[in-house]
Amino acid sequence: MKKILPGLFRRGLFALAGVAISAGAILALAAGQIAAQQKTVKIGFVSTFSGPTAVIGNDMRNSFELALDHLGRKMGGLPVEVIYEDDQQKPEVGKQKTEKLIQSDKVDFVVGYIWSNVLLASLKPVIDSKTFLISSNAGPHQIAGELCSPFFFSSSWQNDQTPQAMGHYMNQKGVKTLFLLGPNYTAGKDMLAGVAATFKGKVIGEELTKWPDQLDFSAELSKARAAKPDAIFVFYPGAAGVQFLTQYAQAGLKGKIPLYTVFTIDSLSLPRQGDLALGVPGVQQWVNDLPNAANKKYVADFKAKHKAYPSFYGAQTYDAANLINSAVVAVKGDLSNKDAMRDEMRKANYASVRGPYKYGNNHFPIQNFYLQDVVKDSEGMLTLKTVATIVENNRDRFHNECPMK
Amino acid sequence: MLLFLEQCLNGLQFGLLLFLLAAGLTLVFGIMDMVNLAHGSLYMLGAYFAATFAALTGSFVLGALLALIATLLVGMAVELIALRRLYGRDHLDHVLGTFGLILFFNELVRLIWGPAGMNLGLPPSLNTFVEILPGVPYPTYRLVIIAVALLVALFLYVVVMRTRIGMLIRAGASNREMVGALGINIKLLYTFVFGLGAALAGLAGLLQAPILTVQIGMGENILIVAFVVVVIGGIGSIRGAFIAAIIVGLIDTLGRSFLPDLLRLMLSKEAAATAAPALSSMLIYLLMAIILVLRPEGLFPASGK
Repeated sequence: MKKILPGLFRRGLFALAGVAISAGAILALAAGQIAAQQKTVKIGFVSTFSGPTAVIGNDMRNSFELALDHLGRKMGGLPVEVIYEDDQQKPEVGKQKTEKLIQSDKVDFVVGYIWSNVLLASLKPVIDSKTFLISSNAGPHQIAGELCSPFFFSSSWQNDQTPQAMGHYMNQKGVKTLFLLGPNYTAGKDMLAGVAATFKGKVIGEELTKWPDQLDFSAELSKARAAKPDAIFVFYPGAAGVQFLTQYAQAGLKGKIPLYTVFTIDSLSLPRQGDLALGVPGVQQWVNDLPNAANKKYVADFKAKHKAYPSFYGAQTYDAANLINSAVVAVKGDLSNKDAMRDEMRKANYASVRGPYKYGNNHFPIQNFYLQDVVKDSEGMLTLKTVATIVENNRDRFHNECPMK
Repeated sequence: MLLFLEQCLNGLQFGLLLFLLAAGLTLVFGIMDMVNLAHGSLYMLGAYFAATFAALTGSFVLGALLALIATLLVGMAVELIALRRLYGRDHLDHVLGTFGLILFFNELVRLIWGPAGMNLGLPPSLNTFVEILPGVPYPTYRLVIIAVALLVALFLYVVVMRTRIGMLIRAGASNREMVGALGINIKLLYTFVFGLGAALAGLAGLLQAPILTVQIGMGENILIVAFVVVVIGGIGSIRGAFIAAIIVGLIDTLGRSFLPDLLRLMLSKEAAATAAPALSSMLIYLLMAIILVLRPEGLFPASGK
């Protein structure tokens, strides 16, 4: 007994010492990490990475990563660290994840946001903390108008702009009566208001469907047919666009009543929409075949890496990374100099894949919108092609309501 | 008027589809006293199986039949492996356990089939429309759904009311100890009932697949409506589920299509445009609340409970 006890005691001491040493080492490591963290550009990325629309979030992430690869994973000499968060397409989850990025990760930029309702819910915590938020998709009219902020930038569009361009195109095509269909949430309402703002004919019916869970449009399609319009206009982003086109054809409407769309046919939904998408026009501010050097590089490298065409969601996110880079480079990595970073971003001084554009007073792009059509490429893969420029240097219709000059 | 008839048909089709889901749910709930949130996962599996088998065999009908058998087997396996351990426990444990199954199946589907979802194409003979009335074309496939669901309803009626196994099911619902005491293998009966419920969910899923396409989590939203149907119809009653499903389907569809116009007569255009979509998506829950106040047991409470 006498021999064993001191032995145990000694071993215990050794163990204690070991714990103390390793704890010290961990502390030292942690301190080192904190020091290192101050020398990185920290970016929080909020998008949808689960559920039926996770394909969109993944496409955005792939494009963001590609942009970072092209930048050598450094901005203004600083390494870049990205924290991806899944908003599950729910405003309350998006807000919570955004708050986490601001409060505990202390990010320098927040990027992403597919859904306008998620963005509206998440805006305040970012703006209040004087962190820059770059929306690479959603563009609710509130943020272009009364809620505009010096800390918000859009690398995409204001929601109304794209359908407004489609309204112009329908005027050109001589459409006189129109039936509108879209999901009942922030962006859906913006899209239908946008098309009604420029369409010169008569809107004879308008249906908003429950979002995101209503996927059977039988009742709405019956109503649309009974109203006998010259054309139907729809906005159904993500997987809902696949379901809509399928049911449109099954209801016998394809070929009977022409369909005009925004954000319903893209390179993510096309493989599943297949031939149903042929002959259905859409409008976008970016198409994969735009002939500028930055776009050629982006599309070619994306296709080589992912064996698929990038989507407009991805293109806007690729631009967001380069927009942030332009700001960080301008201040030579001094991320505390927010005024200088803002001044630089306002110039949109980077090679956007949509070609050059300008920022308005509310930090939404003033840009061209193109008519796009579905075609088969040389390998028989369905893709989108630019047909014509519908509007040039288009500015959103809410910028006068924004107090920023 | 034509539009009204067409919308009634749309409502009937939606209702009958809900019936397929609710019938399985009410069987399991009423007979096994088991709250099965994973019913929507079986609906999803039915759709994924059908899309896979149809692609393999090149035949929609063959793919659908194989999918039905596969979902039945998966359902029985789930009962044997997981749910059997939950009998006799609190309903909250059922909810937790079967919610876990939802997460498990969603992740499993993502691993096997990937996150993008699938398409189940219709054969050309079904992918058309018929003129049910002059000037009203209606998708053939939706008529097929109506026919299949009515056949299933008839089949369930015959099985439950006219066969020995149906008698055992009804007896098990009224007094399971007595059935067990009379020498009936109640465990086997439960496995069979759960498999049947799973197959019905799978059937609903594969029937919906060509319309809604196949994707992860597709069963979660419709499951809520199916629970509403079960509650309105009376827990455990297939007849109740049938009637309640048709009522819910009609109210939902007719509400969606005519409520905006009705509100426009009473309110300003802007107020109607905001209120109508919100109100029409609430209608079935309002109906459920009213039924719960007037008849807490549902429209057709299962006898003996």
